[in-house]
Formats: sequence, structure tokens, C-alpha cells
Amino acid sequence: MAVRSLTLEVPRGEVFGFLGPNGAGKTTFMKMLLGLVAATDGHALVLGQPAGYVETRRKIGFLPEHFRFYDWLTATEFLRVHGRLYGMSSARLDERIPVLLDLVGLTPHANKRLREFSKGMLQRIGLAQALLNDPQLILLDEPTSGLDPVGRRLVRDIIKAQRERGATVFLNSHLLSEVEITCDRVAFLKHGEVLATRQLQTLLVGEIRVAVRAGNLSAEVVAGLARWTSSARPDGERLTFTVASTDVLPEVMRYLVARGVDVYEFAPQRLSLEELFLQIVGEDGGL
Amino acid sequence: MGAWIMAGVTFREAGRKKMIWMALLAGLAFLALFGASLHFQVKDWGGGKLTLMQRAQLNAMLLAGLYVLNLMTMAMTILASVDTLSGEIASGTIHVVATKPLPRWQVLIGKWCGFAGMLVLYIAIMVAGLSFLTWLLSGYQAPHLLRGCALIGLESLLLLTMTFLVGTTFSTLTNGVVVLGLYGLAFLGGWIEQFGALANSPRALNLGIAASVVMPSEALWRRAAFEMQSPLVGAMGFTPFSNASVPSAAMVVYAGLYLALALLLAIRRFAQRDL
Repeated sequence: MAVRSLTLEVPRGEVFGFLGPNGAGKTTFMKMLLGLVAATDGHALVLGQPAGYVETRRKIGFLPEHFRFYDWLTATEFLRVHGRLYGMSSARLDERIPVLLDLVGLTPHANKRLREFSKGMLQRIGLAQALLNDPQLILLDEPTSGLDPVGRRLVRDIIKAQRERGATVFLNSHLLSEVEITCDRVAFLKHGEVLATRQLQTLLVGEIRVAVRAGNLSAEVVAGLARWTSSARPDGERLTFTVASTDVLPEVMRYLVARGVDVYEFAPQRLSLEELFLQIVGEDGGL
Repeated sequence: MGAWIMAGVTFREAGRKKMIWMALLAGLAFLALFGASLHFQVKDWGGGKLTLMQRAQLNAMLLAGLYVLNLMTMAMTILASVDTLSGEIASGTIHVVATKPLPRWQVLIGKWCGFAGMLVLYIAIMVAGLSFLTWLLSGYQAPHLLRGCALIGLESLLLLTMTFLVGTTFSTLTNGVVVLGLYGLAFLGGWIEQFGALANSPRALNLGIAASVVMPSEALWRRAAFEMQSPLVGAMGFTPFSNASVPSAAMVVYAGLYLALALLLAIRRFAQRDL
């Protein structure tokens, strides 16, 4: 069973990231939202309608993970076919296709067949396809997996522009650095279950890990840190702990000095998404 | 509307992948060979009005040509369509299509119509070509050509529908094996029915008919051959196709219902399965 127990709500206009190791159920969940896969139990509403509802798909754009397309079509023809499947008029497509090709940087390749496209180019044309209908909801399954740094930057910019337009973006990824930059909120998934969701802004402003190197550190002093942190871990001269905010750091420092601790290093570090990921999902990656 | 777009895409794919052109080229070579052999035979007869015997011989030749054409188009039907659903499901190309605002049945029907259009057009062109060549070179015209052509077309659509049905569940390779296997079974059943009738063995004959019930494709060809044969050819046993036991009109109706049911099942299965 790829998806077991999954409850979450994504408000409109948010960029939501779905994080999890391979096989966690990210793609299956996205397919359920689109109606490609039927859930055996439970229910989901997408844009106010049950998941998979045909008419809702008019407002959804989707870039699948493996971006396999009709490769005997040219880039322009590909967008035209999919635009017509969205029910768009010929006149509207004449206007929209050049804009999208330009947006994803494929204008010089407009009349080239997709068979001749590189992996990155296919991902770009797939992304253009997902934006054809000015969707309210955009589902991107690993949108940067085939892209070089320039392409990744492009995807980030596109996601940002879509959010500014008011669209909701749902992003599956295991590229944490990408998610860290683009998402408002993330959910951590393992074995088909959501383990935690976090607001990324508060995450980055919030939890801070402090690495201390100090002499004269007694167990009593460490126990006294419980006022600010529950994660104090001494290891000889070294001590690490996390606190909710930088505001408490001067207090902690004064406390240590007042107890006669010789502080050689006191280094606050932001907890990266990667560390949080490993903390929540586990080092085994869910295998 | 969505089905219409998918039919167009199917047509365009066959064109882009050069399938249409290769099939037409093969058809042209087929017609050239048939025409040349007919030309030499008529020349060797030395002209004049066709005798009854010569007319019967021309009819048998035309039927032989149509028989090979039938085999060729059935193989083309299966080969051309065997990968269209299972292949797209396996590769994932179906994902961007099935998430567009059109119900899944329209994807399937659109593809089916695309193939059906191509195959029926091809069969019509080829049957017309064969009978026109025969008429042009000898002045002979076989009876009920339209009816025969329609029956061959129905056989092709029946096999097309079977590859669609099996393709909604199984992989391309398995699909090919299953549908070719069914075709082979029907083929063998047709001969068993003939030999059963010739050898006066009702049990063998019924076994042959039972095979046609399982898969009525070959029965359609034999009915088509029966329609297009001259009475003399039938009486003299010039044709091995249908002189001994002729599939009934009820069998043709059955084949039509079989096709409709298979298409409905394919739509149902495709609409419900995970992609």
C-alpha cells in the first residue's frame, strides 16, 4: 500500500512541498488527487470537488515525474494538442503557445520534434504544458530532476510567478534545497503516512541548534538548561542543544558563565531542512 | 470533442511513424503482383469472350487475392494497435492525457476511432483495388463486393477491439500473444468446421462452430468469401473457404454484438483501472 494514512489541507495560493524518501507515496498521492489512481478508502477535495472530477481538471496543470510525451510531435504541436484537450480555442492557443515557449526558453526549438529533445528540454516543455490553461492548481512531480542549475532557477522563478498570480502549487521533491527555497509549507511523508508538516518560514526563523565547546561542564549545569531546551546533549567538552529562538541565547550564555563554565565556542546554527528531514523521516530513509 | 482530438492524434501518429505510408506501399506491391499475374493469365487465354470456366477461375483468383489481403490486414490490425493502450500506460505517456478534462472513455474511443478509420479505409482501398484490377484486365466482376468488404472490415474492427480490451489489462507482449492466439484459434476452428462438413462429422463441425463462438473473426472472412464467390465456384469446390459449411447471418450478428460488448468492457476496465 503506497499511501496509508494521509490527512492534510493546502490553502489556495500556497506553495506546498511534499517531502519523503523514494517510495514514500508522494507520486501515488498526487495521482490520487488527479484521479489517475483510485483510493481504496477516504476522500479528498480538490478545488472544492472530489478528487478526479473531470471538470476540475480544466483548472489543474500537471507535470508527471517521468515526462514521457508523444515524441513524434514538435514542441508547438505538442502544446497545441494538449491545449485542445483542455478545450482551448485555436485563437487562444496561437497567442498562448509562443508565450509559454518563451517562458521555458524553448522558442528556438519550437518546430523540433520532442524525440530530439534532451531530458531537460522535455521537462521544460512538460512544464509549459502544465501552464497552458492558466491553472489554479499546479501539481509538479519532481519538476527539477532532469534540469541543470539554470533550469532549476527557471523552475523556481516560474513557481514564484505562479504563486504571485494566485495559483496553488503542489510540489513533490526529494531535492531539499529546492523545496527550502520555493515552498511555504512542507509535509514529511514516510511509508504513506504524513509524519509532520512545517511552515518553512517559522522553521527557518525558529529552531536553532547551538554547538558549544566548554570546560568545567557539570551534569548539574546541563540539567539546568532544561528551562530553554529539552535536547541538551553533552559529549565531553562538547554540548549541543536546540532552542526555539535566538532571543534566549544571551540568557543561556549568562547562565553558563554564572555557573563557572569556561566557554570556548558558542555557535548557533540554523537547522537545515536536510537535518529536519533526517530527524523526522529517520536516517534509514524509510527503506 | 476530446474523442475527436484523440482520433486525430492517432491518425497523425500513424502518419508520423510512417505506418500509413508503409502499409500503402505494401498494398501497392501486393496489387502490382496480383495485377501482373492476372495480366499474364488473361493474355495466355488469347482474348475473346470469357467462358464460364474462365469466369469461375477469375473469381477463384480474386478470392485467393482477397484471402491473402484479409490475412495481411488482420496482422496489420493487431500489430498496429497492440501497443497503443498498454504501451502508453507502461511508458506513462498516458498521464498527461488522462489528466486533461476529458473522461477516460473518450481517450479510448478516440484512439479506437482513429485506428478503425484507418483500417476500414485501407481495406476499402485494397478490396476496391483488387476488384478494379480484375475488372480492368479481364472484364470480370465478382458479386457482392461491398458486402464482402464490409465483412472483412468488421473482422478487422473485431480484432482491433480485442487488442484494446486485452491492452487495458495486460502488457503489449501479452496482448499480442492473447489476441493472435484467439485469432489462431478461430482460424483453426474455421478449417475444422470445413473438414467436419466435408467428412460428414457433425461433432467436428460443431467443434469448429464452437471455436467461432469463442472468437468469430474467421467466420466473418468465410462469410465474406461466400458472399463474393460465384455460384459455380462454390458448386465446383474451387474455393477452400466456404463451400462446405457457411457461417450463418446469425453468426455475423453475433460477431457484431461480441465487438460491442468487448468495446464496452474495454471502456469500463480502462475507466476504472489505475494509471
